[in-house]
Amino acid sequence: MRRNTGRLLRGIALLSAVALGATACGGSDDDSTGEAVSASDVQAALEKGGTVTVWSWEPTLKSVAADFQKKYPKVKINLVSERSGDKHYTALSNAMSAEKGVPDVAQIEYFAVNQYALGKGLTDLASFGADKLADKYTPGPWNAVTQDKAVYGLPMDSGPMAMFYNKRIFDKYDIAVPATWDEYVDAARKLHKADPKVYIANDAGDAGFTTSMLWQAGSRPYKVDGTNVKIDFSDAKAKQYTDTWQKLIDEKLVAPVNGWTDEWYKGLGDGTIATLTTGAWMPANFVSGVPNAAGDWRAAPMPVWAKGDKSSAENGGSSLTLPALGKNKELAYAFVEYANSGEGVGTRVGEGAFPATKAELQSADFQSTKFEYLGGQEANKIFAESAANVASDWSYLPFQQYANSIFNDTVGKAYVSGTTLADGLKTWQDASVKYAEEQGFTVEK
Amino acid sequence: MTTLQPPAATGPRQAPPAARRDRRSWTGWGFIGPFVAVFALVFLAPIVYSIYLSLFRDQLIGGTTFVGLDNYQQAFQDERFWAALGRVTLFLCVQVPIMLGIALLAALALDSGRLYGKSFFRITIFLPYAVPAVVATLMWGFMYGTKYGLVGDINGAFGVTLPDPLSPDLVLASIGNIVTWEFVGYNMLIFYSALRVIPNSLYEAAEIDGAGQLRVITAIKLPAIRGALVIATIFSIIGSFQLFNEPNILRPLARNALTTDYTPNFYTYSLSFNGQQHNYSATVAIIMGLITMVIAYVVQLRGMRKGA
Repeated sequence: MRRNTGRLLRGIALLSAVALGATACGGSDDDSTGEAVSASDVQAALEKGGTVTVWSWEPTLKSVAADFQKKYPKVKINLVSERSGDKHYTALSNAMSAEKGVPDVAQIEYFAVNQYALGKGLTDLASFGADKLADKYTPGPWNAVTQDKAVYGLPMDSGPMAMFYNKRIFDKYDIAVPATWDEYVDAARKLHKADPKVYIANDAGDAGFTTSMLWQAGSRPYKVDGTNVKIDFSDAKAKQYTDTWQKLIDEKLVAPVNGWTDEWYKGLGDGTIATLTTGAWMPANFVSGVPNAAGDWRAAPMPVWAKGDKSSAENGGSSLTLPALGKNKELAYAFVEYANSGEGVGTRVGEGAFPATKAELQSADFQSTKFEYLGGQEANKIFAESAANVASDWSYLPFQQYANSIFNDTVGKAYVSGTTLADGLKTWQDASVKYAEEQGFTVEK
Repeated sequence: MTTLQPPAATGPRQAPPAARRDRRSWTGWGFIGPFVAVFALVFLAPIVYSIYLSLFRDQLIGGTTFVGLDNYQQAFQDERFWAALGRVTLFLCVQVPIMLGIALLAALALDSGRLYGKSFFRITIFLPYAVPAVVATLMWGFMYGTKYGLVGDINGAFGVTLPDPLSPDLVLASIGNIVTWEFVGYNMLIFYSALRVIPNSLYEAAEIDGAGQLRVITAIKLPAIRGALVIATIFSIIGSFQLFNEPNILRPLARNALTTDYTPNFYTYSLSFNGQQHNYSATVAIIMGLITMVIAYVVQLRGMRKGA
């Protein structure tokens, strides 16, 4: 239940324009779908009109849908936004297997796109010319929605990672902001020594965070090629992560608090959780969830594994897809394209969404946006830099949703017992392999 | 009212015998029909459908295939399922006797007539049952918090370090505490109402024979409410085996302790909604249902035999 709330909040993360004082960026150029055939088909469909059902909890889509309907008065966008996260996927999977009530457009988070694409549940948008849009998007999100030449959705937002830190606490104990993970461990020790109530971070086992950390470290535990998968957490880069993080766990330097709980918000507010390494969508959540700490927090680049290295990773983010069983494909694509590549992007960024499109990320307006909550910091510069440094060859499992659901059963043991993180990852690997085999995948050992 | 008027009352008499027989048989169905329809729809159909589901396997790669009893074979070898069953069995053996014992004590105390402010106690003990399980669990979850909850406050105020109630070792006991708190009142009420119907003459006879209170309890009260005890035990067995709400709601606070296979019901839920393993989930549910039925039936047989 709470998990859904967390997801929901993460989704809502992107709402917040006014509070952030973000200024709307100039809308991108008037897009054409590129392909002569498709474009005219789409145009004809738009003139003919119809209804498009969209399942998405992205709050900024409301304005986009209104604008779209204004532009094409014959088209009606039926936005269904009550469900998010797990509930959303359950409903979507149910509709797909019942072959009834499938929406024309569905929001799917990056980690789950593979899963739906594999089940032949999604339309390949390359036939609409979506493959030509590759250069518009930053590499992480684009990679997440494509497989070989197929394009299964258009990126809606992204979560390049950054480290948020509580400047008040760091200043109070005169600790330098860590730039590498080794410095991070040192800072954790100093902070906790200075005040035993203060932890450098909260971590009670979060699949999304751990996979993002592995991503940044350069580990590639998942290799997916159609129905062949390889799951292996034993590479040197993964070890680099587990060795370092194990120190934090062993020395009890991370607070055993789960994200999106009351304890978590309190910890972020009163300074007992001093840093938070997460996606660039976080500021909006700070504003809504931790209003009492306004001005305390700042953004900094995510710590790296070696000085001079700039690698980053993504955390969160979603795309809009066209379920294969949806109707009105031309209209649906027109809407998705409008929202995630066309004029809609400007509207959504104006309302606080963190874009996945290069043009918006690089625009001067966007980069110079001052975050009042972060003490007037121009944090988007850091986020955009991070987005440019996300390694693009990461892939999630075609059943990541399930794998994440058993993360705490396996890796979670490392947080509450003598099991090590590395052993926990091995157990996670074994359980994932077992599921993969049960589900008919060919698992490479 | 109109049916009482002569024309209507004489109506059937004018009808030919054959038609009357027809009408009679249909009337019977008319009474039982709504029940049969609802019973079939909400009780039989889901069970039949679950059994049907349990004979198939749906894979992400390869789709749905008929596998006969393979799922059952898998379930019997499934460590996660047996571990979950073991956990609720332990829960059953420890929590249920404690809960029923407290409930019985409370009921006897209320019935003794020596308690001042009887209705106040009765309503106070019963009150937790009126709190929805979800709310109760959230409330207890907050109290269990070692950072900002009651446990944390006690630690801070007295300078002690209480063990974390949500740690893997203690979380089952913590759930037991919540369930006991919730259901003592409910069970007490069952016992109390059974005690109230014992005829007064038995007590008078006991008094004449010079029996003490303890003797009255063991010789009159307990035998008289044996039926109620058996019923409460069966309810508690079913409740223990179906444990789901409490672990599900506490889970965000203790993800590492409350695994997705913590109780059999939670396991079927996870199989179905996280793993899309609906078929296997149905299998586990059916096996669990059968086990519950068998144990509840055995308890009923034994309980009743003693009573006879």
